[in-house]
Formats: sequence, C-alpha cells, structure tokens
Amino acid sequence: MPTLNSLNARMYSKLGQRGSFALTLEEIAAQDEELIVMTADLTTLTGLTRFKEKFPDKLLNIGIAEQNMIGIAAGMAKEGKTVFATTYSNFLAMRSYEQIRIHLGYMNFNIKVVGSGSGLAMGMSGNTHYGIEDIALMRAIPGLIVVSPADGSETMKAVIEAAKHPGPVYIRLSGTMNIPIIYHEEYPFELGKSILLRKGTDVSIIATGTMVHESLIAANLLEEKGISVSVIDMHTIKPLDTIAIKDACRNAKLIVTVEEHSIIGGLGGAVAEYLCAIPSVPRQLIIGIPDVFQKVGDYQYLLEQNGLTGSQIAEKIMDTFNMMVHS
Amino acid sequence: MDEVIIPIQKMAKRMREHALQMAFSAGANGAHLGGGLSMMDIMATLYGGILHLDPKNPEWDERDRFILSKGHGVLAYYTALAEAGFFPVEDLKKFELNGEFLPGHPVMNLKKGIECSGGSLGMGLSLGVGIALVGKMRNKRYRSFVLMGDGECNEGSVWEAAMSASHFHLTNLIAIIDKNNLQYDGCCSEIMNMDDFKAKWESFGWTVTETDGHNIKELYDAFSLCTGPFGKKPHVIIAHTIKGKGISFMENNAAWHHSRLSQKQYDLALAEVSGGESCLP
Repeated sequence: MPTLNSLNARMYSKLGQRGSFALTLEEIAAQDEELIVMTADLTTLTGLTRFKEKFPDKLLNIGIAEQNMIGIAAGMAKEGKTVFATTYSNFLAMRSYEQIRIHLGYMNFNIKVVGSGSGLAMGMSGNTHYGIEDIALMRAIPGLIVVSPADGSETMKAVIEAAKHPGPVYIRLSGTMNIPIIYHEEYPFELGKSILLRKGTDVSIIATGTMVHESLIAANLLEEKGISVSVIDMHTIKPLDTIAIKDACRNAKLIVTVEEHSIIGGLGGAVAEYLCAIPSVPRQLIIGIPDVFQKVGDYQYLLEQNGLTGSQIAEKIMDTFNMMVHS
Repeated sequence: MDEVIIPIQKMAKRMREHALQMAFSAGANGAHLGGGLSMMDIMATLYGGILHLDPKNPEWDERDRFILSKGHGVLAYYTALAEAGFFPVEDLKKFELNGEFLPGHPVMNLKKGIECSGGSLGMGLSLGVGIALVGKMRNKRYRSFVLMGDGECNEGSVWEAAMSASHFHLTNLIAIIDKNNLQYDGCCSEIMNMDDFKAKWESFGWTVTETDGHNIKELYDAFSLCTGPFGKKPHVIIAHTIKGKGISFMENNAAWHHSRLSQKQYDLALAEVSGGESCLP
C-alpha cells in the first residue's frame, strides 16, 4: 500500500476524495482476491471507469436499484466477499437505508458503503443530490463505523483501513477535486482515533471531512486576534474518540464542532451526546448546515451561504467566545 | 416414488402439529398461523427431500442456501429445521420465549440452520441473488432458494432483484412464491392487484412453474425439474396455497394472519390436523 509523501499527496489532492477512493480500490483489488466493487449505474460518476477496465470481473453494476445493490452485496458478503458498494451518499443513505440497517447493522455483514458527493459537493444538481443527513442516519445504526476523511490522502488511508476491518463501514466522501491538502507526509491513521492537528488553549475545534481544512484557516485567523485554538481531525464519527474530546474539554473554554452536514444528528450531535453525560464541560458551539433545504448553487456559493468558509467559521467562534468572556 | 413422498407428507403433518403447539404456547403474543400453514408443505418438501444439507455440519460449504424472505413464516421454518435435525424438536418450546433463539421473525444463526435474519418484507430475493452470484463465480454446486409471499411481491425491491437475477443468468437461483392470495388487510386482488402474476415473472426473464402448493408429489416434481442443470434463466415456482391450510376455521380467513389460539380452538385444530394420531406427547 502507498506510503504518503509530498508527491502523491498532491496527486490525491488533484483526484479529490472520489478519485482517491477509486485509485485505492485498484491497490486493494490487486491484492484481495475476494474484493467486489458495486455500483448503481454510476461507474463513471463515482470515478470507477479505470477500475472497471483493469478489473472487469470485480466490478458489478446493478443498475439504478440501490436497495437491490445492498441486498446483493449482503448475499455476496455472506459468502465471504469483501464488498464495497458505492453511489451518491444521498441515494445510498436514504433509498437503501433499511437494507443497510438490516444487512450491515443487524447481520453485521462485511460491507463497506461509500457515499460519494456528500455534503454540498453536488452543487448545481440541487437538494435531491445533497447528502447532508447521511452521518445522522448511518451513525444511528448499531455496529456501523462512520468515517469522513479530511482530504484525498486520508481517503486512501480510510479505504485501506476499512478494507482490513472485518465488519461494516460507511465512508463519506465529500469536497471536490483539487481538495486542499491536510496531510503532506506519512502519518499513522487508525479508525476511531482522531488526530490533533494544532494545539491551543482557548478553543478546541473538532472538525470532520472538508471542514478540517476550513477549521485550520479559522484557527489561524483567530490566533491573529489573540485566541488560541486547537484543531482535531475527527475522521471517525463512530465510534467517537471520546478520549480526545475529554482532553479537548480539559484544555479549552469553548468546544466547537464543524461539519459539512446538517446541524442535526451529525458530528455536533455525537459530541453533544457525549458531553452532556459528563460534569462541568465547556460550552459547545455546533457549526454545520442549518435545518433548511438550500438555494441551489455551486459548491463555493453553498459553503458561503451556510457560513462554512474558514473566515465565517472564525467569525462565529469569535462572536461566541467574546460573548462568553464578557458575560 | 411413494418412499420419497410419504415420509414428507408425514413430516408436514408433524410440522403442523408442532406449529399449533408453538402458536398455542405463545399465548397472548399470538403467532403468524395463516401464512405459516400455507407454506408448510413447501417447507416439508424442501427440508424433507430437496435441499442438500447436513445438519451435523450446518456450515458445510456446499450446502444449499435457503432464505426465508417472508420472515413471519417461522412456524413452518422452525418446525422444518427441527424435523431436519438442526436442533431438537424439544427446542420448539422455546418459541417466542424471552432471550431465546426462536423469536417471531428469524435471527441469523447458522449453527441452527438459519441462514439470515428476516422480517422486513422484500429483502430476501436480493440476498439470494448475491449468494447465487458468488456460487457461479466460484463454480460451486450449491443452489440458492428464496421463499416469498405473494403479498410480499407488492414491494418494489422484489422486482429489482427479479430483474437482476435474469440479467445475471442465475440458473442456480430458485424462488418460491407461497401464493395464498391473502395479505394482512384482506384479499391480494383487492389490496393490490398483481394479476397476471405468472406473466409478470416471465416478463422479468424467469422460467415459471405453477404447482399445487399442498400436493407434495407435485411440489417435489416441480423442485426436481427446476434444479436440473439446464437453461439460462432463474426459476420461480408459484405454489398455489391456502392460507391457514389444514385447519377448517383458519382456511382462507385473513383474520388468522396473526392471531392467538384459545384452548378450544387449539384442541379443535389439533384434532383436525392429527386425525386422532398426534405425534405430540
């Protein structure tokens, strides 16, 4: 499997999370006889064209039938196949939700479901194509691991670790091609273990997916204003790295969660569920997509509309932080 | 031929008696009697003469896979498994007991012969397709059987799976429809008309055999025919059955889809099924 360096980090960035996922599947396919990759008529749009050419016997197109895709995936996993089933995350998480609940949850089959175009990445396609509730849905299913990588190379690592894990995993792919690089060189990645990217004393930002990069920008801006900020890459939302959250509480006056997902039931919800059970915790600010359907626009427009750019995140944090300090 | 058919008929009779005892013991919880009794002869034929299984080695790699898609049909499923030797008949008394392995819908338990969990309708055929696909990839001889209800075929996911089974030429997949013409709210034709049912399956690329789902000889012949090594299509057996079959006051009565038995009803039902020669202690 590839070792991360500044060269391939740039390549993974160019490919974005979707392309990095597809490229990593080629690495796995070359080594794992039992790998099967499934698509619901989105071979090209989920970046699998080259995979199909290289491994025609390992790609199974089920047509536009997501429920059947997960059902067949379950039958194959039951017989010992390692199955990756992928489509846009909105279709995956919602159209085939009950199949995921029964087959990946209840029966715990070794299936990896990979949601492409999560968050607001589908831009002009509109709300039917936005995957903004998927974390809430997936993490409500017992036994599922839920991962949202921060950049292209972390996608590679998440896919490799998911393939090694003998159980169900949901991988959320977000952002666009030319995704900003978080990791320039090799680093240890473990499902369920978050990564502290910078250390501060006033505010702890716990971010996931594309919002890790925006949070790092926000942290720099806040630092300039004299607010010292930690940033944690919470790539695994379930199981949640509660040890890291506990540490973050110990060191900060304000906990902030940032995600390209609905403010209902996502990372913010997961962290809040943990915090409400322990005494004397700092206040939590949940930053994400408000509970409304969007006006359709391109990705950058949508991020700005939802206050999810680095500078907007910094402003929100500063407002809350200053209010707390002056009250 | 009689030496094959008669033991299966006797097995079906014993299964009905055990099923009644299970339903009665479930008390106020009630049980899915109607649909369990309609599929009883199908299950006896499968577990008594058709499926290649080894109860002493339940995880045998070459075993035929059976998926109960109409998961509420446990009265016929558990009794067939017990009769086939996957667990003692005595264990049927654990039906719907707290924390036990025989709840109202099956829970995956390969050591007891239960391939998959079920209960939510319309999901089994896709599982059967996946199993059959791997069988073909690995050149395995096992076959993939899926039993569904006719009401269950209202679910769109059934037809997604049906479409894919013929697309992948799954000759090792056999679907069985327990066509008892009743669903929870009443007659299938009134709730959601599925006629012409046979033509629907044929148009989805399946070979269809229709049979009397209570005639063991016909069922046995139908299964023997469709499990032969020929053709390019998956095979569906539409078994015409009677909901509540074998108990006069339950037959064709939608009220017995899921219900409880009084002592009087139990005695009467048992007398009808056993004909005075019960296998129950």
